[in-house]
Amino acid sequence: MSTTDPGTQNFPLAAEGREALEAAAREQRALTPTERVIASVEAYTPEEAAERTLANEMLADSRPGVRQPLLLNLGPNHPSTHGVLRLIVELDGEVVREVTPVIGYLHTGIEKQCENKTWWQAITLVTRMDYLAPFANIKAYTMSVEKLLDMEVPARAEWIRVLLAEMNRIASHLVWLGTSGLELGAMSVFFYCYRERDELLDLFEMVSGERMNHRYFQVGGCSDDLPPGFVERVRTFAKEMPGRIDEYEALLTGNPIWKDRMEGVGVLPAEELLALGVTGPTLRAAGIPHDLRKVAPYSGYEHFQFDVPTSTKGDSFARYLVRVQEMRESLRIIEQVLDGLPEGPVISDDRKVVLPPREELAYSMEALIHHFKLVSEGFKVPAGEAYAAIESPRGEMGCYTVSDGGPKPHRVHMRDPSFVNLQATAPLCRGGYLADLIAIVATIDPVMGGVDR
Amino acid sequence: MPQEAALTMIIQAAVVVGVVFSAFAGLTVLERKLIGRFQARRGPNRAGPFGLLQPLADIGKLTFKEDFVPAGANPWVFRLAPMIPVIAAVAALSLIPFGGVHEWFGVTITFYGTDLGVGVLVLLALSSLGAYGLILGGWASGNKYSLLGAARNAAQLVSYEVALGLSIVGVVMISGSLSLVDIANAQAGGLWYILLQPVAFVVFMIAAFAETNRTPFDLGEAESELIAGYNLEYGSVKFAMFMAAEYVAMIVISAFAATLFLGGPNGPFLPGFVWLGIKIAALLFIFIWVRATLPRFRYDRLMKFGWKVLIPVAMANVMVTAVVVGLGFAN
Repeated sequence: MSTTDPGTQNFPLAAEGREALEAAAREQRALTPTERVIASVEAYTPEEAAERTLANEMLADSRPGVRQPLLLNLGPNHPSTHGVLRLIVELDGEVVREVTPVIGYLHTGIEKQCENKTWWQAITLVTRMDYLAPFANIKAYTMSVEKLLDMEVPARAEWIRVLLAEMNRIASHLVWLGTSGLELGAMSVFFYCYRERDELLDLFEMVSGERMNHRYFQVGGCSDDLPPGFVERVRTFAKEMPGRIDEYEALLTGNPIWKDRMEGVGVLPAEELLALGVTGPTLRAAGIPHDLRKVAPYSGYEHFQFDVPTSTKGDSFARYLVRVQEMRESLRIIEQVLDGLPEGPVISDDRKVVLPPREELAYSMEALIHHFKLVSEGFKVPAGEAYAAIESPRGEMGCYTVSDGGPKPHRVHMRDPSFVNLQATAPLCRGGYLADLIAIVATIDPVMGGVDR
Repeated sequence: MPQEAALTMIIQAAVVVGVVFSAFAGLTVLERKLIGRFQARRGPNRAGPFGLLQPLADIGKLTFKEDFVPAGANPWVFRLAPMIPVIAAVAALSLIPFGGVHEWFGVTITFYGTDLGVGVLVLLALSSLGAYGLILGGWASGNKYSLLGAARNAAQLVSYEVALGLSIVGVVMISGSLSLVDIANAQAGGLWYILLQPVAFVVFMIAAFAETNRTPFDLGEAESELIAGYNLEYGSVKFAMFMAAEYVAMIVISAFAATLFLGGPNGPFLPGFVWLGIKIAALLFIFIWVRATLPRFRYDRLMKFGWKVLIPVAMANVMVTAVVVGLGFAN
């Protein structure tokens, strides 16, 4: 559809582009690059467009015989943009010349809302950010708060956290593998991956009562011990899963079409990825073995034997192989946790922060007072700031918290890997095909809940 | 007699179209059921016993949907486009020999619509005509995704048509006829041509996947990139027509392959049309199986594969066959 098409004038995009232009005129400033693109997407009548910068440039070339790019608005409602990512793509035939990601369609304001909640109520909110890695979200947040409180976490709690974080990594990678398969047309892989992910969700439900958005980790440990039968079930899962991963690989790894779609697609040198702040499997696939579990061990990761899978190619296929290998490594960690799970309490006994055990309320006045104070007011955290980072399935998930000494956080900020990694979209996709763009966005694996917090 | 002949003709046509459209309905359920099983789920099982009435439910639903034309569309082309593939696919049916000539109740009944001397060429022409519906539909929708889908379809059509045509040349050379009935009869006593022309059969099947826009060549409607490509703006009965055309085209091309390479209606004990049905079903199963297994090609690779692999292979096959037939080994 050309910009002169009368049918386009009633489209919501037109209104959006107009708003951007009016805002810029009102504030007497130049359009931002994103606004320029939004404004030029099928927004104007020729008269209006003649006055606009980018639209003008493009219309100037609309004489017959002159090549002009095709602006394609991919998303926010598009089956393969991982939720509500919007990509404005400038196409030359099927070749992508420029990509402008537009984010903010899933903005929840969770970071801001946390400031109105007590420290422990905020846990419920942060799990909902990166909804495919809820345990990673809470882990980063609680670690950061524990740092501020200078608190010791019992060994059993840390091991349980490691166990669930690794199970979560597998669950997240399964969603990634399934949807990537779907996006490249390999429909069946999606169902196989979700079959296994469902088992994981059942296990999460067993331990936390919820299939998603678990509120299981607490400041100081875990809210409860593992339920009976859980360890056995995880063991069965860990035994079966390698065979299942072999199945996925049998369908995909050697498949000539799959390789053809992935190999040599979306390559950026490691230095550029580092300059963009990219972390996680995307960076490791380019040859840099940066994994916080090894580089800056937390939660006792230094006790476990596991490898950090890397590749030197840096293309989509390398990212695929790295993630599949990571699932296997996670299984190794899970088995080690199950074998060596220490006995003991699952939460700290610091009564100023942690709720007293339920039965104590019946006979201890002290416990009752603590319980009342914690539930009504929340615990106080010494003034200061802390940053704690963990390796989420997508990369470095950091949580920066600031306390003013009160029962509520002054600021909670997440360094979400999805958000940072998304910066690599345009440089990775430029010059590729439209179909590659889908594959590349899939292998970056952004979760919009994490991007738009 | 002419009236009688015309009546027989009409009844024949009605029976064939009826049977094939029922087969199309059955095929949609079969595909969804089979893919369900391939994907570790059950597939449709709510409408009727084992979900067998699912096509009726689908048609009922689609019929009651609003039949609209988008604002940016070219209305007449948009309305006409879905009819082209249906007409082409149904017309192609008349060329398929479902069996021999029978004498029932004093009436001579032929199990094929027409026996054209150039049946193979007409069938090829009709199958490419069908693709025009997709291209025009995508173009007329006034949507960029549809346009890209249509452009992909056009490119795909041009590339794979050649391979499809070349793969048939070997069979034509061996049988010495362009008539589908003659080709089927030529295989009656002797070997099926799949044994004489295995390479041609493989090339034909690959090109057939591309002709019918099936995975891994379903670039025109790649749902993950182009959402639904050419049929993005279509709804209601127009969408159903595109669907019907795709599935009838699959049945036709399977029947075509069965006639050319698998001996057509020939086979022991059972009547001809049963044998042809079995062969078509086997080929359709391959179509569905492949869809459940393979990812989609990328546009440029599709073209490369077509021009640099498929066509040279088909060419080489034609040359080898020509030499063998020329030296008189074919008989």
